[in-house]
Amino acid sequence: MEVLSLLANGMWLALQPLNLMLILIGVSIGLFIGAMPGLGSVNGVAILLPITFLVPPSGAIIFLAAIYYGAMYGGAISSVTLGIPGASTAVATTFDGRPLARQGRASLALVTAALASFVGGTVANVFFTAFAPLLADVALSFGPPEIFALMLLAFATFVGLGGDDIPKTIFSICFGLVLGAIGFDQISGAPRLVLFDIMGFLQGIGFLVLAIGVYGIGEMLWTIEQSRGEVESTTPKMTARGMAKDTAEATRRGWKGTTIGSVLGFFVGILPAAGATPASLMSYGVAKMVSRVPGEFGKGNPDGVAAPEAANNSASTGSMLPMLTLGIPGSPTTAILLGGMVIWGLVPGPLLFVQEPDFVWGLIGSFYISNLAAVLINLAFIPVFIWMLRMPFTILAPMIFVLSIAGGYAATRDMFDIWLIVIFGLGAFVLRRFDYPLAPAVLAIVLGPIAEPTLRQSLLLSSGDPSIFFTRPVAGPITVVALILLALPAVKLLRRGRGKVATEKS
Amino acid sequence: MSTTKRSFLQVACAALIALAPMPTLADGWEPRRPIDFTIMAGAGGGADQIARFLQSVAQEYDMTNRPLVPSNRGGGSGAEALIHVSNASDPDHTILVTLNSFFTTPLRQENLGIDVQNFTPVAMMGVDPFVLWVHTESGITDFDQFVAQVQSMNGDFVMGGTGAGQEDSIVIAFMSDAYDLDINYIPYDGGGAVARDLAGQQIMATVNNPAEAKGFYEAGDFVPLVAFSDERLPAYPDVPTMMEMGHEFSYYNQRAVVGAPGMSEEAAEYYRNLFTQIYETEEWQAYLESESLSPLWMDAEEQAAYWATQVESHRELLASLGE
Repeated sequence: MEVLSLLANGMWLALQPLNLMLILIGVSIGLFIGAMPGLGSVNGVAILLPITFLVPPSGAIIFLAAIYYGAMYGGAISSVTLGIPGASTAVATTFDGRPLARQGRASLALVTAALASFVGGTVANVFFTAFAPLLADVALSFGPPEIFALMLLAFATFVGLGGDDIPKTIFSICFGLVLGAIGFDQISGAPRLVLFDIMGFLQGIGFLVLAIGVYGIGEMLWTIEQSRGEVESTTPKMTARGMAKDTAEATRRGWKGTTIGSVLGFFVGILPAAGATPASLMSYGVAKMVSRVPGEFGKGNPDGVAAPEAANNSASTGSMLPMLTLGIPGSPTTAILLGGMVIWGLVPGPLLFVQEPDFVWGLIGSFYISNLAAVLINLAFIPVFIWMLRMPFTILAPMIFVLSIAGGYAATRDMFDIWLIVIFGLGAFVLRRFDYPLAPAVLAIVLGPIAEPTLRQSLLLSSGDPSIFFTRPVAGPITVVALILLALPAVKLLRRGRGKVATEKS
Repeated sequence: MSTTKRSFLQVACAALIALAPMPTLADGWEPRRPIDFTIMAGAGGGADQIARFLQSVAQEYDMTNRPLVPSNRGGGSGAEALIHVSNASDPDHTILVTLNSFFTTPLRQENLGIDVQNFTPVAMMGVDPFVLWVHTESGITDFDQFVAQVQSMNGDFVMGGTGAGQEDSIVIAFMSDAYDLDINYIPYDGGGAVARDLAGQQIMATVNNPAEAKGFYEAGDFVPLVAFSDERLPAYPDVPTMMEMGHEFSYYNQRAVVGAPGMSEEAAEYYRNLFTQIYETEEWQAYLESESLSPLWMDAEEQAAYWATQVESHRELLASLGE
């Protein structure tokens, strides 16, 4: 129970006037940084780090955590309203958030995102409080074979989903894997797939570049094509009563996704190789898989918004765990946080919890408060974002275009990436015209660069023997489940062929 | 409505705080935008820790009027970072935290067309030694046991490292050669990941910098067996050196900051001042000591000369190890 009193102290510290103010400012800034495509929490935290030296270290870390939390909430906002993921962690939120907005239900999507984020963050905080040192061991027990098995499972959830055209899904995954393989080979260090000898490809394709291209530009073109000749008929309204109704609906239709995202997100988040982006994509896949109406996913299902949003918040808290207990930052933002800790004389590692309990529990206490502040501020801002959507699409489209290009440039400051964004946008539009699902390609470009080196490391470990994926106690069951999921569609196809059932058209 | 307005004001105030100009230090050239602070290694490793530390010191003392924005580009044994910095559109705002792959990667991948002498010397912050570590639960307590264990396993002894031709692989290759060891070497994307997987016993031994292994060592998880330094490390007085075992071999990782090729002399001067100031802070000096780094301060000309000798000695080293 000592933990609880330390935690209570931490929360009390976070509620002091100065710290509370820092939380409110931090969350608000984070919300906007997260919502701006290209301007991720990395740049935000790095630029704002100087301010943290004006206040005592405890206040500083609280401020940084507040920005981090705010940015996690903010990412969903542009995903829903504009269809451009504000941050890579919010890509999966566009899958269902954007269709909801196009149906005039943007407020439902935003409320769902906010509530799911809150629940995800809270669940993760509770796990963190209760089991942190134990979970560090879990994280360490994941070697290359375990991580590869997990990646295989993630792919399986996307292939094994009913509804989508399976050959096209597999094509989409392969396409994403090829894009993800461009750049340097992590094992040998040799450059590969430097297309047309263009030096820009040496650096690989940034995930955000792909996401902004596919979902910013691609989505804009798609909307223009779909709404040609029509007047945008859905004018979203926002009233207090409407919001209460949305809250009720979000709870009713999003609780499942929230639960999946909160739990799965946290466990993926604590694995040092992964992070919030894979966590949110995997949670989306699992939520779709266990849903009774998987066909509704991608067309505006609140579960499809709730799962990735709960997961990215949960995973960001989870990624603090390897940072604090192992000294390994799970995300670029936690790396900056780590730099801050080192300068305050705190050595992250297995002993931090023992030697610096005040700091650790103060930080965790501030997570709880930041999370609460973030959901309240976010809900308060929703009418503003809804108001933006009232603009006719003829005005919104150029805005999306400019934001996509500017956001892409802000992220990397490289013109090459801008051309890639445009090409990906056009490519995504064409593929979508021919009914190719794009989400699997996006998943593949995130997970491919994690899966490939772990696969090769595993095979090096076993001197080329693939049984390593089956004989290890953690990797074995995960691999088996993944293979079963992968086999399901084949069985389905066979049955369908025998019964001559007409292919369902989605 | 009032809520909205107040919230807007709040953000506006916050934005003002964020954008307010910082007091400046020196006359002459000053950065006009955030400085791209590229790290040629993955997150959590020695180079990364140092970069984060340097950034924090600069910010604590408000030494730069624009922030240093670290980004990890460890791909291709640092080739990704070298290409990125070489092609920087704004060389005056692009600096790089290097390790020895600054020398080895251009040697091993000549097709990249990187000549390190084109880079702009800024500061040599110190050199980082290497130590051989095993997990406590392996039961190995000294180097002889280690050698016996590796030999008895006929090629199944697994070590992790940061990739072919990287610093630790040079050390491991030397060790394998000198003691006739057959080691299964698994490449990772950074020293942090290597240390983590030793802690989780996914691998059996590593050659890590003390900074990367210290947390686990202090928690009692890691055992240091031998140091590849010229003399015993003050923080690890009981750990023998390779020199003591009769081998003329020591190997250090350079912790230097370099500027992009084509950086203007004014900008280079600014960064040299900046990193000299950081070097002299109590924090950096304490870091050198606590993380077992050795100081090796050099001015710009000495650095350029040092690079030339390092490139040559690494050329020989790689050739003799058959890399």
